[in-house]
Amino acid sequence: MLDTRIEHSFPSGFRIDAAFRTGAGRVTALFGPSGAGKSSIANAIAGLFAPANGKITLDGETLFDSASARNLPPERRRIGYVFQDARLFPHLTVAGNLDYGMKRTRANLRRVARDQVIELLAIGPLMGRRPASLSGGEKSRVAFGRAVLTSPRLLVLDEPLASLDAGRKAEILPFIERMRDELAIPMIYVSHAVEEIVRLADEVVVLDAGRVLRAGPTVEILNAGAIVHADMGDPGSVIEAEIARADAGDGLTALSVNGGTLFVPHLQGARDGAAVRLRIRARDVAIARERPKGLSILNVMPARVRAVEDASAAQADVMLDIGAPLWARITRRSARELALAPGAEVYALIKSVAIDRGA
Amino acid sequence: MDFLALTPLEIEALNLSLRVAAWCVAISLPFGIACAWALARLDFPGKSILDGIVHLPLVLPPVVVGYALLILFARDGALGRVLASLGVEIAFTWKGAVVASAVMAFPLMVRAIRLSIEAVDPGLEVAARTLGAGRMGVLFSITLPLAWPGILTGMVLAFARSLGEFGATITFVSNIPGETRTLPLALFGLTQAPGSEAAALRLVIISTILAFSALIASEILAARIRKRLAH
Repeated sequence: MLDTRIEHSFPSGFRIDAAFRTGAGRVTALFGPSGAGKSSIANAIAGLFAPANGKITLDGETLFDSASARNLPPERRRIGYVFQDARLFPHLTVAGNLDYGMKRTRANLRRVARDQVIELLAIGPLMGRRPASLSGGEKSRVAFGRAVLTSPRLLVLDEPLASLDAGRKAEILPFIERMRDELAIPMIYVSHAVEEIVRLADEVVVLDAGRVLRAGPTVEILNAGAIVHADMGDPGSVIEAEIARADAGDGLTALSVNGGTLFVPHLQGARDGAAVRLRIRARDVAIARERPKGLSILNVMPARVRAVEDASAAQADVMLDIGAPLWARITRRSARELALAPGAEVYALIKSVAIDRGA
Repeated sequence: MDFLALTPLEIEALNLSLRVAAWCVAISLPFGIACAWALARLDFPGKSILDGIVHLPLVLPPVVVGYALLILFARDGALGRVLASLGVEIAFTWKGAVVASAVMAFPLMVRAIRLSIEAVDPGLEVAARTLGAGRMGVLFSITLPLAWPGILTGMVLAFARSLGEFGATITFVSNIPGETRTLPLALFGLTQAPGSEAAALRLVIISTILAFSALIASEILAARIRKRLAH
């Protein structure tokens, strides 16, 4: 359980005034645009930055308290940190980097097995190499390993994928998922990328201009409405689903969403009954008053209109209920012509579905 | 090949110079590293004054430094009395020559080490803190190993500066054969004696070879270290 309250004014005029509490989830995302204060908060938690005012407690231990002038130095907080740039020590081999923190961790506090981490991150073949000869993806895997081998009580990841290209990101994400699932270390995941958060986080703290806008379970927060999802780049919905039939014929997988069925292209390694998390962009959802005929769109689900919000002069966001909240972005003219109002019975036409997380 | 054989005077001066230079590097290195680290990484009141004091021997006439040392370390001087009570006497001994050259070489050493410490990414030091290393642990496991090429450069510069030290040494510990007569002082003596041009030239050549070898050796070592850090 992490309890954080931070107030600080920077010389630039930027001000952080944020308080939140996490603990229920394995991964809590600090989410917001750049300049929202995410990294400052992450640094304060790890002891790399002392705010003017505030209090930070982890599992009942006070790490920082401005009132009693307590500020535990970073090396005594037992909080792991993965930096955006991997920050491997250039004069040590990969093995030397991995062992750096582990040998500074008291033997009776070591809970993470070195062999398990090396296997999990697939860094065994790199052990004798120097950081300068590693690729970007290899460097970040070693940086993850080095941090988790200190058996931290909490692992802070500060935009660990931001300096990697899309291909590398896709390569590294599964490793973070495996760390989350197999090592049972709570994580604070700092990011401005909604795909990463949907895929990794159980809880989200949404930050903007140094303040907490919302905090809570990922699905709830990311569906909480136009104001919030407008900050997240591409507006959309996050839906928890279950794999109904991994092989539903024609190379498709059937997902069940509270009774309704969605078809997606075959999911690799899908098992019947497994939970997945979907993200459906609002602009990929269309609305029909009657069940359409002769249509190429496979996923047509009965829905009920819950809310209609104006998104811009021309567009409106419609919140549909398909057993889970689903946002659709349509023109205001269509909303008027279809007489969409809360309670209206419609059909949601879903053009495409992104699978963000196999949990 | 008789001209390759060193004379007893040359051997004496050479041995003394090497001994003084080696001790000069050895005793100034810990202080040099501490000073360089403080100047590179800490912010404290009086930092510019410390910086000034460290660099003072670079701009002061060496005779001023030598005379100041003489006053401080004379038997009734402030530091001389403390050392005398410990049974140590340095004025007019080879140990005094070590102190004189250490003071004169200190700015060069600190400057080289400071620059190399400043070149170490502070982000690596922060990362080491999050991995459980305290400030001292970070210094010895991250900062100094990465600054090693610059530390080596500083050591060689101090060594070479000590080999060449003249003004402060002759003022502080005089020119005593076998005790404080290092290469430059022996050379000075020869230039004062008529008919010693050939002997003086030999000392010039020996001094040049010595200083040049030190520089070359440090370049080779530093290149090797840099290569190791890069791969």
